[in-house]
Amino acid sequence: MAGVILIIAAGLAGYWLFPDNLALLTRVIAVALLVLSLDLITGYCGVASLGQASLFGAGAYAAGIACVNGVTEPVTLVAIGAVAGAMAGLLMGTIMLRAHGLAQLVLSIAIVQLFHEAANKASAYTGGSDGLAGLMVSPLFGVFEFDLWGRTAYLFGLALLVVVFVVLKFIVSSPFGMLCRGIKQDPVRIRAMGSYVFPVLLKMFVISGAVAGTGGALAAISTQVVGLDSVSFELSANALVMLVLGGLGTLYGALVGTVIFMGFEHVVSAINPFHWMTMVGALLIAVVLAAPGGLTGLYETLLGTGKRAKGGRT
Amino acid sequence: MSDLFRVEGLTKNFGGLAVSRNISLSMPAGERLALIGPNGAGKTTFVNLVTGQIRPSAGRVVLNGEDVTRFGAVPRVRKGLVRTFQVTRLFSQMTPEEHVTLTVLQREGKATRILSRFTGNSEVSGEVESILSTLGLLDVARRRVGEIAYGQQRLLEIGIALALQPKVLLLDEPAAGVPSSDTPRIEQALERLPPSLAVLMIEHDMDLVFRFAKRVVVLAAGEIIFEGMPSDVAANEKVREAYLGNYAHARSVA
Amino acid sequence: MQTILSIAIDAFAYGMALFIICIGLSLTMGLMRVVNLAHGAFAMIAGYIASYAARDLGLGYAVAIFLAIIGTVIISIPLERLLYRRIYGSPELTQVLMTIGITFCIIGITNYFFGPTLKSIPLPGSLSQPVDVGIRTIAGHRLFVMACGVVVAGGLWYLIEKTDFGIKLRATVDNAAMADALGVRTQVIYAISFAIAIGLAALGGVVGAEFLPIEPYYALRYMVTFLVVVSVGGAGSIPGAVVACLLLGAVDTTGRYLMPEFGNFFFYAAVIAIVCVFPRGFFGRAQ
Ligand SMILES: Nc1ncnc2c1ncn2[C@@H]1O[C@H](COP(=O)(O)OP(=O)(O)O)[C@@H](O)[C@H]1O
Ligand SMILES: [Mg+2]
Repeated sequence: MAGVILIIAAGLAGYWLFPDNLALLTRVIAVALLVLSLDLITGYCGVASLGQASLFGAGAYAAGIACVNGVTEPVTLVAIGAVAGAMAGLLMGTIMLRAHGLAQLVLSIAIVQLFHEAANKASAYTGGSDGLAGLMVSPLFGVFEFDLWGRTAYLFGLALLVVVFVVLKFIVSSPFGMLCRGIKQDPVRIRAMGSYVFPVLLKMFVISGAVAGTGGALAAISTQVVGLDSVSFELSANALVMLVLGGLGTLYGALVGTVIFMGFEHVVSAINPFHWMTMVGALLIAVVLAAPGGLTGLYETLLGTGKRAKGGRT
Repeated sequence: MSDLFRVEGLTKNFGGLAVSRNISLSMPAGERLALIGPNGAGKTTFVNLVTGQIRPSAGRVVLNGEDVTRFGAVPRVRKGLVRTFQVTRLFSQMTPEEHVTLTVLQREGKATRILSRFTGNSEVSGEVESILSTLGLLDVARRRVGEIAYGQQRLLEIGIALALQPKVLLLDEPAAGVPSSDTPRIEQALERLPPSLAVLMIEHDMDLVFRFAKRVVVLAAGEIIFEGMPSDVAANEKVREAYLGNYAHARSVA
Repeated sequence: MQTILSIAIDAFAYGMALFIICIGLSLTMGLMRVVNLAHGAFAMIAGYIASYAARDLGLGYAVAIFLAIIGTVIISIPLERLLYRRIYGSPELTQVLMTIGITFCIIGITNYFFGPTLKSIPLPGSLSQPVDVGIRTIAGHRLFVMACGVVVAGGLWYLIEKTDFGIKLRATVDNAAMADALGVRTQVIYAISFAIAIGLAALGGVVGAEFLPIEPYYALRYMVTFLVVVSVGGAGSIPGAVVACLLLGAVDTTGRYLMPEFGNFFFYAAVIAIVCVFPRGFFGRAQ
């Protein structure tokens, strides 16, 4: 639980240190939820996906569409986003788990592209390429207005992140979480232990979808628009980069990777977006060559192990 | 008729290669059977066929009078048909305790729960401890499997199988790769297997086979070429030929 | 009738352009087991070189193609030595990450040097005119692409099935350690195969530029299409790649002609359907 306190402390520090950048910080939280959701299926189950933004986008559009149709209570909107994400996760899992390896990766990309096209074409509901604008969200608990500076949105997002993180900590340390880790390493062994693999993975896809959908809903609520970029291949690929940068299969890695990646992106892409691409590329190559465990893995290696051996038991 | 477990005419071709040819075999409850044969004879393939890792080209697998041939690996395990692997397949990041706990939880149908804790699960910890202590694995129970000795990993393979409470247990070379100083511990574990359990053991070490089994089946080129008392094996002409002569290689399907 | 014929010709030419680019990727994935997401980036580099040679230096089309292939292969050599060699045999995710990283770098650097605009490769007069083939006229360039596709398919088939190099390559793929022990220099085989794959990407990038225009995001924009071709066709299979390219070319072109507003929708729906039904691709090897 020390980790949770650390997240809250870091979150509040961000609130005091960057009062002018709360919109960006809220975006970081929304994306962190996306990366956490990817960690569940890639880090814990070993299913690589380059289409995770489908689930994020499903949540964002569901919340957005509900909002313009009169459901304006923020907690309800987040719930709607989570449910939509979970349903998208169910669909995506059902399709992706039919294949393995490269075919699976291709399916994930095809799914996010299909979602993208669908959102683009269904402009009557989604606003198409102009985006779905003009979400008017009611005050949180009927009291806290979503203000111009994004204070409410940020604190709401931070609270969501903490809740989700605690729930996920429980899930990954449950028997189900252990089973997923087993499947990641050796599905044949898991079957010989008498457990089916497909339903377990599908369940994780649904959970992952709910988390990503929560992130999408948060993004919709805080920015009051939903754009096509929320169901894009680019966002999906970036999420994978952030996850790998932070380290797979630890939950903390997802958060660290997101914060560092988006922080740098904010600084560098302001100068020239193509420099940013070159840097991300170089970073990825460096991670693969020098720190396959990501930054959290590197940190643990530098500390001289210890943490990993305990890691399984906390 | 009272057979617990039976295979009939089990056949498997990989492309043009016949790896199992018309294998028929039955075992009553409590039997100790050894399956031997030269390398590449198709022993592991036989286990794969029986436990459903691969599908036979022809033949049936019958457990307790029920034809399970059409079932996949998972339902067969749940019905009591359990195997160990010739090359250990363990989760290198997990501890022996975690392996056995996960297996017991699975057997109880609790392994897919997301709201209970995995560690310190008091419902099963007693059983887990007793399995680990039978196998002498208590002192390494909380070390990662990647760090424990290979002999202990082999014992853990057996432990996982036992945690499934099998009716028929197929052991694929349980002592393979274990330093001879550790084989007595494995043999001890084999002696302590529940008496009602039907055990089929693949093994190369003939001393072990003699002590363990009352009946021996010899497989060569995918075919059963001998079935009988351990004491008669060495004298059998076909067996000698299989080990020394040209039977050792799987023949192509004519 | 005329429409159907136009669609068919366009689809066939587009499919062949895809084939020339993708077959190299299919070979790297099927034979060398490397998921090279940066494959399209090499096609793009070739496009830039050809455009520079033909437009800025005023060299002929054939010379431009030649320079593009040579130049791209030369650029790829240090990458193979320093980066790709580290990921042969690595887990898929590692390969994906490394090659996405390479793609991003190439995109960023390309844009730095050449700017974000579209680069055209001027066609010579003989290819820009329509050619009468009896039933009707076809753009010369379309015919040229089709011919290139057929030559590449035939040449590769011959190389892999009939030559000494092909035998060594197949031996290396089946069992690298064994091939090594038999005196095949597997590192060299890998390097040559990689160079051939890149050379084909380069050729495809240049002759296919009419269909897939050259711009900095090329490598990312078409990455999906290329991967789709390989996974639908089955990695490492030449007939598989041909069938996949023609089929996907047909779906894509037909969709554009008949329902332009639904753009890629049908393409991706078809991909999902095909991959779900054939998870290993049409001609994939069983694992
Ligand atoms: N999946 C497979 N595909 C093709 N041949 C196989 C496959 N699995 C096993 N074989 C072949 O079947 C034969 C028997 O193998 P196996 O059952 O492992 O023998 P054993 O366990 O008796 O040493 C060997 O010749 C092996 O090469
Ligand atoms: Mg064997």
